[in-house]
Amino acid sequence: MDKKIRVLAAKPGLDGHDRGVKVVTSALMDAGMEVIYTGLRQTPAQIVEAAIQEDVDVIAMSILSGAHDYLFPKVMELLREKGVDDVLVIGGGIIPDEDIPALKQAGIKEVFGPGTSTEDIVKYIKENVKR
Amino acid sequence: MQNTNQGLLDSLNKWTEGVEKKLQKNPERKQNFVNTSGIPVNRLYTPVDAADTDYMSEIGLPGEYPFTRGVQPTMYRARHWTMRMYAGFATAEESNKRYKFLLDQGQTGLSVAFDLPTQIGYDSDSEMAIGEVGKVGVAIDSLKDMETLFDGIPLDKVSTSMTINAPAAVLLAMYIAVAEKQGVSPEKLTGTIQNDILKEYSSRGTYIFPPKPSMRIITDIFSYCAKSVPLWNTISISGYHIREAGSTAVQEVAFTLANGIAYVEAARQSGLDVDTFGPRLSFFFNAHLDFFEEIAKFRAARRLWARIMKERFGAKNPRSQMVRFHTQTAGCTLTAQQPKNNIVRVAFQALSAVLGGTQSLHTNSMDEALCLPSEEAVQIALRTQQLIANETGVADTVDPLAGSYYIEALTNQIYERAQEYIRKIDEIGGAVSAIEKGYVQREIQDSAYKYQREIEQGKRVVVGLNKFQVKEEKPTNLLRVDPKVRVDQIERLRKVRSERNDEKVKKGLAALKQGAEGTDNLMPLILEAVKTYATLGEICDVLRGVFGEYQQVSTLGS
Repeated sequence: MDKKIRVLAAKPGLDGHDRGVKVVTSALMDAGMEVIYTGLRQTPAQIVEAAIQEDVDVIAMSILSGAHDYLFPKVMELLREKGVDDVLVIGGGIIPDEDIPALKQAGIKEVFGPGTSTEDIVKYIKENVKR
Repeated sequence: MQNTNQGLLDSLNKWTEGVEKKLQKNPERKQNFVNTSGIPVNRLYTPVDAADTDYMSEIGLPGEYPFTRGVQPTMYRARHWTMRMYAGFATAEESNKRYKFLLDQGQTGLSVAFDLPTQIGYDSDSEMAIGEVGKVGVAIDSLKDMETLFDGIPLDKVSTSMTINAPAAVLLAMYIAVAEKQGVSPEKLTGTIQNDILKEYSSRGTYIFPPKPSMRIITDIFSYCAKSVPLWNTISISGYHIREAGSTAVQEVAFTLANGIAYVEAARQSGLDVDTFGPRLSFFFNAHLDFFEEIAKFRAARRLWARIMKERFGAKNPRSQMVRFHTQTAGCTLTAQQPKNNIVRVAFQALSAVLGGTQSLHTNSMDEALCLPSEEAVQIALRTQQLIANETGVADTVDPLAGSYYIEALTNQIYERAQEYIRKIDEIGGAVSAIEKGYVQREIQDSAYKYQREIEQGKRVVVGLNKFQVKEEKPTNLLRVDPKVRVDQIERLRKVRSERNDEKVKKGLAALKQGAEGTDNLMPLILEAVKTYATLGEICDVLRGVFGEYQQVSTLGS
């Protein structure tokens, strides 16, 4: 039997909008993945630590406050510092299209905006998970 | 009457038989019609559906108990609702400009959006604030920023609503201090602080302290304002965010009023009489997509709260029994796809709020699923309200949909279902317990997930998203906050810290600490502290030291 895909669903920063991350968490669980949801107000360091401790295959972060431009790249930077290079990192929330190239440059593999179907996220993770 | 009903029933049965025979050949669009609250929507409503409703005790007259038809006798014939657009971004100076623009455009009240560090009690130079300063609202670190925010705006002429919860006491104190500097005494101030911590734990996320000390701060505010700032709405008990987090309309009413019950109980336990603070309680609801369900929701909430206040808490002052409420159209229904469609969505939602008897209204801007609203988008949103008020005629008579068989039946059903939820929450031990046990959060997240599934399965149509899609260009030139804002804000904060009298600051904070450890009302102590230019972060740190911080309960996970 295949090993279950392990996902850390995370809310970096001070943003309290967690409807999206909770819906995605439920959808990933229904799709057979193991999901750990961090709860609100996680610093990039806390997220990276949780990802390593929980030995996850995927980090899925959600921000609706506009702080993605700082927080997403910061998580990537800390992952690199810790030598983690086999985790698929994706993001979602209210993220202007024009910001996406810079986030991808920083190592965020995909960004899912408002209106995304959870089925698309499930499919993306299954096709792109690195281990 | 009996005979008429019998005649109606006979005709109705015959009619239904006839219709159902034809259904095999010409079926209806759906097998079952159900609204977001799970209430079945019938093919037809007739006097039969409202037969059990006693007009005077259930519906009554506007301005009279149980206020189903509205809280004022003349409603919008006297004056329109307050058009109040939630705004604030980047710096106090920029937000001040936006407020002056909105007042010039005919807006009648201000509504201040604070950035997240301010809402969670961190100064702009805190490590927790990096990336968030000035993003979703204005950054306020000290009284200095508040002076800039309201520069040139006479605080005895405007009413100001502040979306601030955990540190509401601090921002209210700053507002009072700015008014004093303008020569305006606190008795003249009108406005609202949101100050509703319970929905922060369940739905919105900007909590700081645990429930018990939070409830104490709230009751301190009730008691202080009853004496010193008598026209101020001391709380806006908010269903808006509960709905945005994914609840149904019934859950929105139920969880909001259950929170309201918890505040009333806390205030009574602290020795306040229900009629001293009751008249200053206000509410905040969402205007969502299902037009009639929303109108019925507002009417049901009024009737239910009136009965709770009168029968459960013995409130005698009619003002204590009234649900006076602000409404905002549903941000969660806006689509990033074909954003201009949002103008139309917002118009329908705003109309439901007006037909539901709102006291004030924020209409969302079409671009809010993408970014902060542009000035043009805000103007169209405000114009939408002005159109409803001045062109459609709906404001010319009170509660025009009363007596609609459908609206009255739906009002009754929402009332009953919300009451049932409140009974459940009472059994759990009240709203605080229900939130601490994760019950409310689970109910909301289950509804949110169900709603999303319905969209993905195509059972719920979202125009432009899962039906009637087009290929479209991605929008550019979105309004965004310059990262330099943080740097400049930190510079201003340094300047304040270097120019103030540190001895006074220390003394004020020490007095606050002592007060927090004891049982004194915290408002006068906070007011003294803000006047020394102690920062929001410093004040909240003192309180964190005494009260501790809230830890979220987990309601998800494998």
